[in-house]
Amino acid sequence: MSEGRDATRLIAVSFSVSALASLGLLITYVVGGQPQVEGSLIAVSLGSLALGLILWAHNLMPTGHFVEEREPHGSTSAERASFTADLDRSGDEIQRRTFLGRILIGALGLLGVAALFPVRSLGTKPGRTLFHTSWTPGARVVTGAGEVVTSSTLEVGGVLTVFPEGHTKAADSQTILVRVSTAEFTPLPGRETWSPDGYLAYSKVCTHAGCPVALYQAESKELFCPCHQSAFDVFDGARPIAGPATRPLPQLPLAIDASGNLTAQRDFTQPVGPGFWNDPS
Amino acid sequence: MRRVARWTDDRLGSSAFAEDALNKVFPDHWSFMLGEISLYCFVILILTGTFLTFFFDASSREIVYRGSYAPLNGATVSEAYASVVRISFDVRAGLVMRQIHHWAALVFIGAIVLHLCRIFFTGAFRRPRELNWIIGVTLLLLAIFNGFTGYSLPDDLLSGTGLRIAYSIALSVPLIGTWLAFLIFGGEFPAQQIISRLFVIHIMLVPALIIGLLGAHLAILWRQKHTQFPEAGRTESNVVGSKLWPTYAAKSVGLFCAVFAVLGALGGLAQINPIWLYGPFEPAYVASPSQPDWFLGWVDGALRLFPAWEFRTGSFMLPNPFFPAVLMPGITFGLLYMWPFLEARFTHDYGPHELLDRPTDRPVRSAIGAGVLTFYIVLLFAASNDVLARMFQVPVLAMTVAFRIALFVVPALVAFVVYRWFKAVKVSGAKGVMEVSLVQVRHPTPGGSHE
Repeated sequence: MSEGRDATRLIAVSFSVSALASLGLLITYVVGGQPQVEGSLIAVSLGSLALGLILWAHNLMPTGHFVEEREPHGSTSAERASFTADLDRSGDEIQRRTFLGRILIGALGLLGVAALFPVRSLGTKPGRTLFHTSWTPGARVVTGAGEVVTSSTLEVGGVLTVFPEGHTKAADSQTILVRVSTAEFTPLPGRETWSPDGYLAYSKVCTHAGCPVALYQAESKELFCPCHQSAFDVFDGARPIAGPATRPLPQLPLAIDASGNLTAQRDFTQPVGPGFWNDPS
Repeated sequence: MRRVARWTDDRLGSSAFAEDALNKVFPDHWSFMLGEISLYCFVILILTGTFLTFFFDASSREIVYRGSYAPLNGATVSEAYASVVRISFDVRAGLVMRQIHHWAALVFIGAIVLHLCRIFFTGAFRRPRELNWIIGVTLLLLAIFNGFTGYSLPDDLLSGTGLRIAYSIALSVPLIGTWLAFLIFGGEFPAQQIISRLFVIHIMLVPALIIGLLGAHLAILWRQKHTQFPEAGRTESNVVGSKLWPTYAAKSVGLFCAVFAVLGALGGLAQINPIWLYGPFEPAYVASPSQPDWFLGWVDGALRLFPAWEFRTGSFMLPNPFFPAVLMPGITFGLLYMWPFLEARFTHDYGPHELLDRPTDRPVRSAIGAGVLTFYIVLLFAASNDVLARMFQVPVLAMTVAFRIALFVVPALVAFVVYRWFKAVKVSGAKGVMEVSLVQVRHPTPGGSHE
């Protein structure tokens, strides 16, 4: 009997602690709120409520050993037979007129197809969108803030994220510009004129899953994608040398105009970013 | 109370049903609480989530942030991002609600996974409960999906990177990939519509589906009654345990309070997703290191470990992310859905079961389950290969190679050990998994332990 009284006392204390904590929560809110205090008081309030309820259930309520019989899950065979008979009886009419049934199915099918068309409104047509970026012949190279990049902007070993002028929000046009020593660097065949004064520009969109290839190690001349750890060799046409990427980052052919500004000779020669089924790169 | 019951009964004749409900018997076992924990997390998600919707602006429109978080003052950010910063700093009780919501989502999915493991290792999915298994797996899928849509809403640098990867994954699907990605996002990434779309999906579409399926899940459970572990007095044709009223009800409400208490402590004391530190999403920038929430870590881990393979026939390409991020999850859930039917086929056991297996009763099933589970745990850790590499001072690429090996070796090892161990327990007739000696694990023999 005293065990019951002990339990009762403990439960009463739990519920009282909960009430106090709730009061504290209210006051905390009124005086302006404080996340750590709020969280702790929620924990105390509901925690002691939980303790009280579980103690109550465990110590004072009837626990375990009640037996309930299970009925079989299926229906009796008579019920089943009667159901199938009803189904068949009403179905006779439909089965007699298969012709009507077929037209109905056709009509519903067409309605379904028509109802699918609004899905088309959800997005623009992919078309050739993925095959080009906002880089155009002669476009000036600018920073994310729109400042024009000149041939003296970067030191050798420097790196900068650049965009075509007027398109600093174009995600597909983000380009990583690095400057390498012309003495050390030999351009790939066919790309001899693409890197004036050692300025090399590659698409910043990873060819694996599209993350910005944001990390550049000047000593090893590697670009590194922090998402899935693909690494690209800047001296070798941004060929992937590690990680899951399979295709090089497309290179942007650069030029330096009469006033010393960096410009693009033309757009990337291949689609940028992750692969898609009709990607020609 | 009595008058309310009387009033209702006069109109609905509810007394008989209500009495049945009060007397319904629930078996007492701790592992049966896992599903309940996920249910209660869902309730807490709805409560805190509703509060958050009143303050969140689902818009990508750019505005200048003005608020009490000084480092961002004057910065150009999206309305979505600004509103989440406002919830965190300027809405009273906003941060604690937001953090409880996020923690609840993590625990929700964790509890579902543990619940699934309980059902799997005890064979509770067998006839007649295949339907509820299918509904449960669908609920897991929806919960993961909604977790993703939820943490993508604040439009911060980390979640924007996640969306960028999701777009690339959609793009990788053969033939329809480009259309799929453009229809979901509204155009080429980052299209302006995605945040408002995710919001509708996150707060209406998926929750409605979850509520519907959860209702069905519980109704079927109610109708079929609980399974129970074999013990004296428990048979295939009865249920032994506590009655719903008052014992089980008190315990269950107590459990709800306990779950809320833990989430309250986490939400108040353990910072989660501090988007003001990540900064607003900018397509040309990326958070490093960047890891998704744990429930998508297995997909991100697979993306990191899958070799640099891409296939090409003529002018068609099968991009790399398709294999780890479309095919692998597809196979995962395909096998999960099919498991009850596959097992029935291989064991030729098509009969109904109300009594549960102990995991040691079924060494083969348990070995497969443990091995497969280990596979996904390795993938989950692989999603932190860069963080681990820094922690252990090894090159990240070496870490990736180690993970590629571990991905196959560790699960095989775990499966082998579980098989031999559980087989020894089964053959010896020991009561617990710890009651067999190593000698018995090597050479299973009937009888007690060889001490």
